[in-house]
Amino acid sequence: MILQQICPVHDIQQYSKDIFILSFVAPAIARALRPGQFVNIKVDDGLSPLLRRPFSAHRIERDRIEVLFDVVGKGTAILSQKRPGDLLDVLGPLGVPFDLERQDFSTAILVAGGLGVAPFPLVSDFLRRGAKQVVTFLGGRSSSVIVDVHLENLLVATDDGSRGFHGNVVDLLKETMAKRAFILPRIFGCGPTPMLRALSAFALEHQIPAEVSLEGPMACGIGICQGCPVELTEGGYALMCKDGPVFDVRKILL
Amino acid sequence: MANTSFTLAGARFKNRVLVASGTYGYGDDCRDLADVERLGGVVTKSLSLKPRPGNPPPRVVETPSGMLNSIGLANIGVHRFIEEKLPFLRSIDTAIIANIAASTVEEYCAVLELLEAEEGIDGYEINVSCPNVREGGLTFGTSCPMVAEITRQLRPRTKKALIIKLTPNVTHIAEFARAAQEAGADAVSVINTLIGMAIDVRTRKPVLATTTGGLSGPAIKPVALAKVYEASRAVSIPVIGIGGIMNATDALEFLIAGSSMVQVGTANFIDPAAGMKIAEGMNRYCDENGIDDISTLVGSLITRQNVSVVDSWL
Repeated sequence: MILQQICPVHDIQQYSKDIFILSFVAPAIARALRPGQFVNIKVDDGLSPLLRRPFSAHRIERDRIEVLFDVVGKGTAILSQKRPGDLLDVLGPLGVPFDLERQDFSTAILVAGGLGVAPFPLVSDFLRRGAKQVVTFLGGRSSSVIVDVHLENLLVATDDGSRGFHGNVVDLLKETMAKRAFILPRIFGCGPTPMLRALSAFALEHQIPAEVSLEGPMACGIGICQGCPVELTEGGYALMCKDGPVFDVRKILL
Repeated sequence: MANTSFTLAGARFKNRVLVASGTYGYGDDCRDLADVERLGGVVTKSLSLKPRPGNPPPRVVETPSGMLNSIGLANIGVHRFIEEKLPFLRSIDTAIIANIAASTVEEYCAVLELLEAEEGIDGYEINVSCPNVREGGLTFGTSCPMVAEITRQLRPRTKKALIIKLTPNVTHIAEFARAAQEAGADAVSVINTLIGMAIDVRTRKPVLATTTGGLSGPAIKPVALAKVYEASRAVSIPVIGIGGIMNATDALEFLIAGSSMVQVGTANFIDPAAGMKIAEGMNRYCDENGIDDISTLVGSLITRQNVSVVDSWL
């Protein structure tokens, strides 16, 4: 059930220069939302930006939903200026969540690139309750884009070597998995498409079950505009907003 | 309360607001969020004879006060529509207009005939104006003889409302509205999207996979109003106004310009209940202004003494 609610901002934290964590009060959406699902937010009632902006749920704290974002355009710039009590028009929960309830894995390997880390604190909270082992690989251009809040067993990679492994996060994953055995692993990925492409290739090659959460242009977020196609292995397209954003890597062509 | 109903070739619309083709799926996607029975009608996603996968991504990009799309008529095809979607549409109390897209005249006829054999459809809107496909679409919509020919071929195949959806990507839309009227159309929808494009300066590539797309949203409202004004003065059949309608005031402007009904499109992507809210806002306007019948607003524009350049084309 998709809900549309007018939600007061509870809090906004500036994590670093361009990165913010905003929480808003949305009891019904928070109750219904599963890790990996997203909300579509109209940042104000003007015509610019015109469309809603999609955000993964970062964490849920009682009746509040947190979203993590960096300022990349006008919509996120406006959102970054919100103050407690300001109202947001929120549509959610949207999309297909990560498949965390399945019994055929014991170790969740979370792999994030940059702000693709957004859904993983909520994923970790959920997995902890299910008594799963969680290992988190987080990569970014430099230490300034590493948002390491509420993550478990964290390993960091940066392109410039300013923190952790010097290189990309998929290479760090490969190196780690070559040295360490994980019991019944399942990979959960989220990040830029080139990173997910490399992650997907690695998972398929080593026959490790994997699902990834995609990001891309979207207009409505609920399947009515048909604007966010994802190419399927079997041919044709699925919709990122409605059939995703989470897909099994075997089912899609990145 | 004012009378807001409208009748077109036997199809009854309880108010003047429809949701535009391609902006509300097959009418069943937003059941959680909005009550479609509060709309005057639902225009379905364009239906083709065979399913169409649509264009590759990226298909959408936001532009100032608008958006470009290049969906490419992605749809499940008329057969699956009849099996999977029509039963729901039949069960709801609002007018259903099936939008038809095709790449040949024969295909338009075949899709219409398949739908004509089914219960529950109140009329047809013929898409001769999609800017995002190679065959059909604009090659038809920018040729007056083709628009006339398609209308002429479809007319004897149905007694239901036959609406031709026109493109603004022509010099004089009035000529196309006249061609549709003379060939037997019951109404024209004005306008489909305007051809537009967006470029990424870092990559020097077009943002959309198909280079150009169709522009919609508030950015096109002034263009759409002028096209509605032009078309409605050229024909006696009703005009259905479309283009960037976000609220009841926008919709009222289209009625005053000359359209009998309106379609809400891009606004649905932001608020799936936009159409219902617009219909209610139009009711409120009538009540507040002592208007008993909303049809008195249609074409009620008080023109200035200096004629518009559009008038000289008529």
